[in-house]
Amino acid sequence: MNQSAPLPLVESLLDAQLPGSGIAWLDAARRENREAFASGGLPDTRVEAWKYTALRALAQRSFASGDSQAQTRVVDAAPLTLPGIDGPRLVFVNGVFRADLSALDSLQDGLTLEPLSLALRGDAEPLRFALSRHYRETGDAFARINAASAGDGLVLRVAAKTIVAVPVQLVFVGASAESALAWHARNVIELGEDAELTLVEQHVASGEQAHLATLVSDIELREGARLHHIILQNAAIGASLVRRSSLRLHGRAHAKVHVLELGGALVRHDLRAELVGDGAQLDTRGVFMPHGRQHIDTQLAIRHQALNTTSSSNWRGVANDRARGVFRGAIVVAPGADGSDASLSNKNLLLSPSAEIDTKPELEIYADEVKAAHGATVGQLDERSLFYLRSRGIPQAEARALLTAAFCRAVLDDLPNETLREHLSTLLIAHLPT
Amino acid sequence: MAFHSNESLKLITMLKIENLHARVEGREILKGLSLTVNAGEVHAIMGPNGAGKSTLGNVLSGREGYEVTAGTVTYNGIDLLALEPEARAAAGVFLAFQYPVEIPGVNNTYFLRAAFNAQRKGRGEKELDSMQFLKLVREKLKVMQISDELLHRAVNEGFSGGEKKRNEIFQMAVLEPQLAILDETDSGLDIDALKQVAQGVNALRSPERAFLMITHYQRLLDYVVPDFVHVLADGRIVESGDKSLALKLEEHGYVGIGEGAPA
Repeated sequence: MNQSAPLPLVESLLDAQLPGSGIAWLDAARRENREAFASGGLPDTRVEAWKYTALRALAQRSFASGDSQAQTRVVDAAPLTLPGIDGPRLVFVNGVFRADLSALDSLQDGLTLEPLSLALRGDAEPLRFALSRHYRETGDAFARINAASAGDGLVLRVAAKTIVAVPVQLVFVGASAESALAWHARNVIELGEDAELTLVEQHVASGEQAHLATLVSDIELREGARLHHIILQNAAIGASLVRRSSLRLHGRAHAKVHVLELGGALVRHDLRAELVGDGAQLDTRGVFMPHGRQHIDTQLAIRHQALNTTSSSNWRGVANDRARGVFRGAIVVAPGADGSDASLSNKNLLLSPSAEIDTKPELEIYADEVKAAHGATVGQLDERSLFYLRSRGIPQAEARALLTAAFCRAVLDDLPNETLREHLSTLLIAHLPT
Repeated sequence: MAFHSNESLKLITMLKIENLHARVEGREILKGLSLTVNAGEVHAIMGPNGAGKSTLGNVLSGREGYEVTAGTVTYNGIDLLALEPEARAAAGVFLAFQYPVEIPGVNNTYFLRAAFNAQRKGRGEKELDSMQFLKLVREKLKVMQISDELLHRAVNEGFSGGEKKRNEIFQMAVLEPQLAILDETDSGLDIDALKQVAQGVNALRSPERAFLMITHYQRLLDYVVPDFVHVLADGRIVESGDKSLALKLEEHGYVGIGEGAPA
């Protein structure tokens, strides 16, 4: 795509001023990523990871850079709270930290929580590794522009052996503005040895807009750390949202990730995990439910790199109308990761003849004594079940909703917070066609 | 308990099937079936495999893929075949499935309340809240002698064959249909499970309710005594009688039945 005239999207994103930091290594890293984005442009569908997500339409659009009024925008308060969640909260509006909407007082000992914009004004050295990363491939275009342009986000550290008692809530609000904006946020999260944390990440809308947002999260789990990461994506129906979550799990660390993808026009999530320490364990669960003309793409990539590592992934997709869902689950069991156990399941439902779901499980094993299972299906609602419900008096539309919700709920079953589980289940049902 | 509507003064016709022809996957299965069922009556439909017994149940409950090519079915004065399956249920028609469907992820109680309230809504009646409904369900459990553990599980998921059939009867007890069609509810049951199912059916017999029991064997009829027995062969009722007909079938099989019956 980059051979011909510059694309409006690339031009408009490069138009943005880099956030000045005065930190030499950071400014250099930002410049280099910006140059890589400028020369590499956007991936086309010949790049395997972008095969089913064409950027042609997005590439022709321009976005104003950042939101100069983000500090003062009035936003809907309702989506900022979640039933069953009552703890520290960081809120970002169009990518900018909003102290007035956040709750950061009386943090537990051992928990450090601050916006990146603030962290960079103090001792930025601990962030150096995460923020001086270079992204090598054209497929990383959004990570590049994010690395160049993100000036805010979450910096979270949990000290060794600290059990954080209440969930930390992280809310990204896309708020309507005078024009379509591009904003970029960056999270750096680290759990010390045997630390424990539940993190709830939300993407919500305040009013209609068609912004482009990118979010890159680097999450490091030291030996024995335990993280439960819940992601609820309910962005505006016109929004484009490109996220990358990269997890590194050291020995005995355990990460559990629940993802609910409901909103957005064009949504892409790269969920990458490296199990680098012996006995590390990863569980991912997710539901994506595009309808209308939504396009939701999840790229799950898991690397087992150490002995006796375990990963289990269970994802469900439901596509309606003319929507499209994409799921790629790539698991690599690297040489030396003997005794590892990897399972991946992706089941999908098509509720309309014009909907489409492309799913591709990939498994590469280079180690010994590995247990691995993977499978993917695409189907319709079971006619026998549908008739059974109708024969008991449940109208067709209600019966379809009941079966679809049951299909999705299976991946929420192991969410321990019952109030939150019920709430997410309600959101799912509300999202179903009537 | 023994109630025979044919002893009552006035017969109220509930179901009138006339000259019913139906096709499945292009093949004609029902070939001119006629049958009248009055309120309060229990009719047994017997017949060899492939005679069209289950097709009859499926056509009456509105399953897709069953094409009615001729004939009429009138239920309480209305054209039953014109109604969607859910509307038939709301009008009081219940089919106990030969093979009840497992529905993972849908709680049995939730499902039953959704069905119960949808039917009430369909009839313009007030819906019950979860407390009221639970009270009703507990009463029915007692009558049906079913453990309430069944309520907390997903619909039929992991149920034994006997549990599935008892769950059908339990649903029937909660939904209180006017016309209950039991499609080979006795098949695959051991004698204890059969007795429990029969007891459940007998407890529901009433002057306002009619039963159509589709069965291959006479065994069930030892426990649920029918008012009428019909023999279905090659898509038509070829012989009708009282319960002694079932005994005759048990003795002689289906060979020779229906010869000389009206065409």
